[in-house]
Amino acid sequence: MSVQVEGLSFNFGKKPVLKELSFQVAPGEVVGLVGPNGAGKSTVIKLMTRVLKLRSGQVKVDGTDIQDLSRLQLAKRLAVVPQLSALPEAFSVHEIVLMGRTPHVGFFATETPEDLQIVERAMRRTEVWALRNRMAAELSGGERQRVLLARALVQEPRYLLLDEPTNHLDLRFQVEVLRFTKRAAQDGLGALIVMHDLNLAARVCDRVLVMHKGVLVAQGAPAEVLTQELIQDVYGAQTHLFTEPGQAFPVIMPTL
Amino acid sequence: MQRSLTAYGSLLKGVRWTPLLITSVLLAVIMVVATGIGSVSIAPAEVLSAVWHGLTGSLDGTYDMIVWKIRLPRVMMAALVGASLALAGTAYQGIFRNPLADPYLLGVASGASLGAAVVIAFSVSVPLLAWLGIPVMTFIFGLITVFLVTMLARRGNNIPMVSLILSGAVLGSCFTAATSFIMLIAREQAASVLAWLLGSFALSSWSKLASVLPFMLVAALAIMLSSRALNLLQLGDEQAAQLGLPVERFKVVLISLATLATAAAVSVSGIIGFVGLMVPHAVRLSVGPDHRTLVPLSGLLGALFMVLADLLARTIISPAEIPIGVITALVGGPFFLYLLKREQRGTL
Repeated sequence: MSVQVEGLSFNFGKKPVLKELSFQVAPGEVVGLVGPNGAGKSTVIKLMTRVLKLRSGQVKVDGTDIQDLSRLQLAKRLAVVPQLSALPEAFSVHEIVLMGRTPHVGFFATETPEDLQIVERAMRRTEVWALRNRMAAELSGGERQRVLLARALVQEPRYLLLDEPTNHLDLRFQVEVLRFTKRAAQDGLGALIVMHDLNLAARVCDRVLVMHKGVLVAQGAPAEVLTQELIQDVYGAQTHLFTEPGQAFPVIMPTL
Repeated sequence: MQRSLTAYGSLLKGVRWTPLLITSVLLAVIMVVATGIGSVSIAPAEVLSAVWHGLTGSLDGTYDMIVWKIRLPRVMMAALVGASLALAGTAYQGIFRNPLADPYLLGVASGASLGAAVVIAFSVSVPLLAWLGIPVMTFIFGLITVFLVTMLARRGNNIPMVSLILSGAVLGSCFTAATSFIMLIAREQAASVLAWLLGSFALSSWSKLASVLPFMLVAALAIMLSSRALNLLQLGDEQAAQLGLPVERFKVVLISLATLATAAAVSVSGIIGFVGLMVPHAVRLSVGPDHRTLVPLSGLLGALFMVLADLLARTIISPAEIPIGVITALVGGPFFLYLLKREQRGTL
């Protein structure tokens, strides 16, 4: 039981974006995917959800190749929390979260009371139930991100893929979104988070994968992987690392 | 988890019935009244009794004949064409996520009408054309147009709003020029091509209705069944795909259906612009963006609008008639400019 990515390679035209990427995400695990801009992190999520065509390599979800699943079946297994993006303005928050039930409801039926309950539960959990009648256009960044998280949860997936969910959010909302993710993992979901902030990644992830120029250069527990040398190599930045007493993860401080 | 059977087929539950019901009643009333208005004016009660006589096959008297043979087919045709164009507009706008998309502005109507002109001009000499007939040829030409326009307007992975409309306009005028050329080389048929191009419901009949009704019904039903998928598509291609929609396949199918509706409308009434632009907008403003209500309500309102426009076309300077396309363009042109202005303010 896990999402297995094996030998994933991808080119945009002639430019290689990903080279022979392999990793796993197990249920209950939070895995961070970090790396500098342009390392190919978002491309990984697009390939895993077949937004981009998989040309070489394989993605298996709990043993099944994603090429053998219909899009609806895939959406029951993998749910994406996209980068902070515009939502169709005139739809209400409730309507947008309801769209997350599509993989279960299909295109030609309506939600049952049970579906509505699932939606309400997810919206209460991510604290957007009070916003349900608001138009999407009126939401702040943090609210929008929690709405997208609720929409992913109602898909009742086995794995969550979060694409830079903390971008453009202030500190409080960054922590909040990650806290919700962590809680979902405690309930048994596997989570893959693409993110920029190494400190947050170290704090929230059980494992981190470090990408550089399309190659996975390191993976493992944050304390083992996020070393001064690696950060220097990958980001070309000098840092100091502090370890809090009694904590397993380092605090990374760039030197100016 | 097994879903109970009652969940399926209950697509109707997500629909807001009140506005649909009100518009349906209004449409019925206006159709009866419009049927009564003309050189001979006929009271609504007499219109209804004539319809009853027509349905039961017991037509009797001049009023019955006027209603059943002349006016009712015309009013029904106007309603069907209006509904088809509005549904096509709603579908195009939803697929392209472009508020300016419309069968006319996308050039589909011009492309389809070239198909019809080819049939009218050359069917005597080329039997194949006569066999295919106007509805099929308008559909083929409409499809070619819409896919050409999409290809021309595409910039990488998306289709910018203005670029789509520009491609549509340019391709549309190419097809209009080709139509004019055909009229020049096929002199004997020029008059009938022109008469048809201007767009009129004057020559409506039950048999003409029957020839396009199946196409319109299929397109309308299928577009209505797509409303949930259309809603999902408003999130953008990527998110829609990640929620389970086979985006590319869905778009091709729905564009074809919208083009079928357009072609069916064009094949009986020529080019009537802007209905597919205005109606979905008006509806969206009043009931919101959910396609489960938006699609059927646009159909009804399109029918209502066209019946009224046709009523104006045949009564304002009676006994002469104004081409109906003139009326819709007079209302629709300014509406388009207003939308363009508003959208640009929003996006720039």
